[in-house]
Amino acid sequence: MLKTLGGVRTPHKKGTANSREEPMAISRFVTIPMSMHRGKPAKCIVKTGDVLKVGQKIGEADGSDSAHIHSSVSGTVKDIITTDPVTGKAQISVVIETDGLQTFDETLAPPTVETLDDLLVAIRNSGVVGLGGAVAPTAPKLTLRDPSKIDYLIVNGAECEPYMTCDTRTMIDDRELLWSGIRLIHRFLGIKNIVIAIERNKPEPIRIFKELTAKEPIARVQVLPTKYPQGGKINLIYNITGRIVPEGKRPGDVGCVVINCSTLACVARYVETGVPLVAKRVTVDGSAVKKPRNVLVPLGTPISDVFEYCGGLRDNVAKVITGGPMMGITIPDLHMPVVKSTNTLLAFSDKEAFAPKPSTCIMCGKCIANCPMKLMPVEIQDAFLREKTDRLRALKPGMCVECGCCSFTCPASRPLTQYVKLAKARLRE
Amino acid sequence: MNLLTVSPSPHIRGNETTSGIMRDVLIALIPAAVASVIIFGFRTLAVIAVCVCSCAIFEWAFEKLTKRDTTIGDLSAAVTGVLLAYNLPVTIPLWQCVVGSFVAIVVIKQLFGGIGKNFANPAITARIFMFLAFTGTMSRYIIPRSPDAVTGATPLMIMQSGVGELPSALDLFLGNHGGVLGETCALALILGFAYLLIRRVIGWETPVIYVAVVFALTAAFGGNPVNAILSGGLLLGAIFMATDYVTAPMTFWGRFVFGAGCGVLTVIIRQFGSYPEGVSFSILIMNILTPYLNRLTAAKPFGGVK
Ligand code: SF4
Ligand code: SF4
Repeated sequence: MLKTLGGVRTPHKKGTANSREEPMAISRFVTIPMSMHRGKPAKCIVKTGDVLKVGQKIGEADGSDSAHIHSSVSGTVKDIITTDPVTGKAQISVVIETDGLQTFDETLAPPTVETLDDLLVAIRNSGVVGLGGAVAPTAPKLTLRDPSKIDYLIVNGAECEPYMTCDTRTMIDDRELLWSGIRLIHRFLGIKNIVIAIERNKPEPIRIFKELTAKEPIARVQVLPTKYPQGGKINLIYNITGRIVPEGKRPGDVGCVVINCSTLACVARYVETGVPLVAKRVTVDGSAVKKPRNVLVPLGTPISDVFEYCGGLRDNVAKVITGGPMMGITIPDLHMPVVKSTNTLLAFSDKEAFAPKPSTCIMCGKCIANCPMKLMPVEIQDAFLREKTDRLRALKPGMCVECGCCSFTCPASRPLTQYVKLAKARLRE
Repeated sequence: MNLLTVSPSPHIRGNETTSGIMRDVLIALIPAAVASVIIFGFRTLAVIAVCVCSCAIFEWAFEKLTKRDTTIGDLSAAVTGVLLAYNLPVTIPLWQCVVGSFVAIVVIKQLFGGIGKNFANPAITARIFMFLAFTGTMSRYIIPRSPDAVTGATPLMIMQSGVGELPSALDLFLGNHGGVLGETCALALILGFAYLLIRRVIGWETPVIYVAVVFALTAAFGGNPVNAILSGGLLLGAIFMATDYVTAPMTFWGRFVFGAGCGVLTVIIRQFGSYPEGVSFSILIMNILTPYLNRLTAAKPFGGVK
């Protein structure tokens, strides 16, 4: 019996699922930040005037929780800026004027991978980070402290956020790469169960991987009910293995590793071709986008150029989101660059962006029933607003995965997710 | 280009709204209104209309006077009005309906802070108030479709006093017997229940457990369990009033216990109390216990450690 946690049924809106990605035209300037991952920013190793080629390293990982950064274009370093022009935060970025030729760095060559250590070094050199959104460097994740205790590796192809189809396209267009990634894992990590998790609303990837696993039974496909947030780590682990990740623990503590399917495909691409992570497959959608589609975008490309490539934005655009509609972040300025974590860009028209004014809570309990973490958002909101700290602590807002289900479901449109996040921050103080 | 909105996630909303939910409750109450017109005649509509209008007007006026946002648009006052009407006999003087609406909306709902803040169900409390204040008119039940509107006893009174002849189970099911407006036709109420379930407005737990407990306990006390669940305001209360969001628990198990508690209290009052009907009192008592039930049945965070 497949067990499932709470959650909500969101509209799917996977209108771009059949759009095979197109590589977009190269922008005149790209801006590549040294911090596109969780952990320490990379150290910039180029200076103004340097001539760069595609795939050339421009940022050196600073310690094991950092990641290398490579140039996504060929061209000349125009400037090294130290503050982010939009957020004003201190952040080093390399601005490159492109030459439009996209000449590859001729030193790029497939690495020799014969042992687990070779593989981990390769992953490190590839600059790959968790592309599902967490952007934690991938090499440390696969450096298992005690391999005998890990018996599940879950390849996350759930892609439960509405609109998002880039992982679906990875599973279709990059099936060979993804499959070689699974082979690498099977060969070097020796994890007993490799499970490819896909939501039921993606028949094409399910068919492809059922065929592949039938031919070469090193992994199995687990079809999951279509329910948000199915692709959350905690949900996946519970729904597939029945194990509960205890508060404050990580998947590894219950014998599981979860890796996003696009991440694994990127690792395999590096192992096969030596080309590091320099471009992202991005779903561009939303009612204010003229031609929604999937696009292959070089890192550092201004978001405005991506929309321009998709036919431009309609005049009624009111909100632009990076990430899915449930967990994504609104961006105030379209000059911001596409980074490693960018997987979806949404532009909502004023109608789609409309948010009803919150009204009084009617105590329906729907936020409680739908919280996948079995928290009580309504009570957290209440304890937060009344500043009852002890009560708040007992309600454990720290366990919230910020999935947005509570706000989504509330008939009174209460901004519950926001309250829970604020409560979390207050308790941390 | 317009200025881009910056807002916290999520950026999409489900399509449930407070007014949508209330509209569904009103729709679920329609079959009972139809049944009531057939059983008690067209005065039914006058009673409903007066209750709904006065509830809405009191809500609007109170919020105007206290400078709060008007909430009649959320339709909750209309639901209270219909439920209050369903708890009144068809012969009720219309001015008493207005008094009842005042108690429900102003005293019980608004003085406690408006929707979401009242601890007791407005319609139930107003019914109890009217029962005590207007005992005479509140207990004048007419026998359906008797040519000269003969007043008579409700099935519960007959059961309790042992005087008179009980309607058949079929008549009980179809509502062809004395009682207040909305409570008699079990068929109509069950149709409404089905609608609420399909629309996911309420869960099955409270009504089913409530009715099941009454059935079992009545049988244990040697009564006729089928008659017990088909007569009096049991179905009306269990389906529409014990499931009121604001005054019932928010968790599944809280609602489960709430239903069970209502069931036990109803049977005790019917068996040992001096009132033939125990539904209103039971729900009111459980309303008072609701905050405790919420605490007792609090959800346990998934994977949470002490
Ligand atoms: S409280 Fe957190 S985990 Fe629970 S539904 Fe809300 S956002 Fe999701
Ligand atoms: S979903 Fe909204 S209205 Fe319902 S209990 Fe939670 S906060 Fe209140």
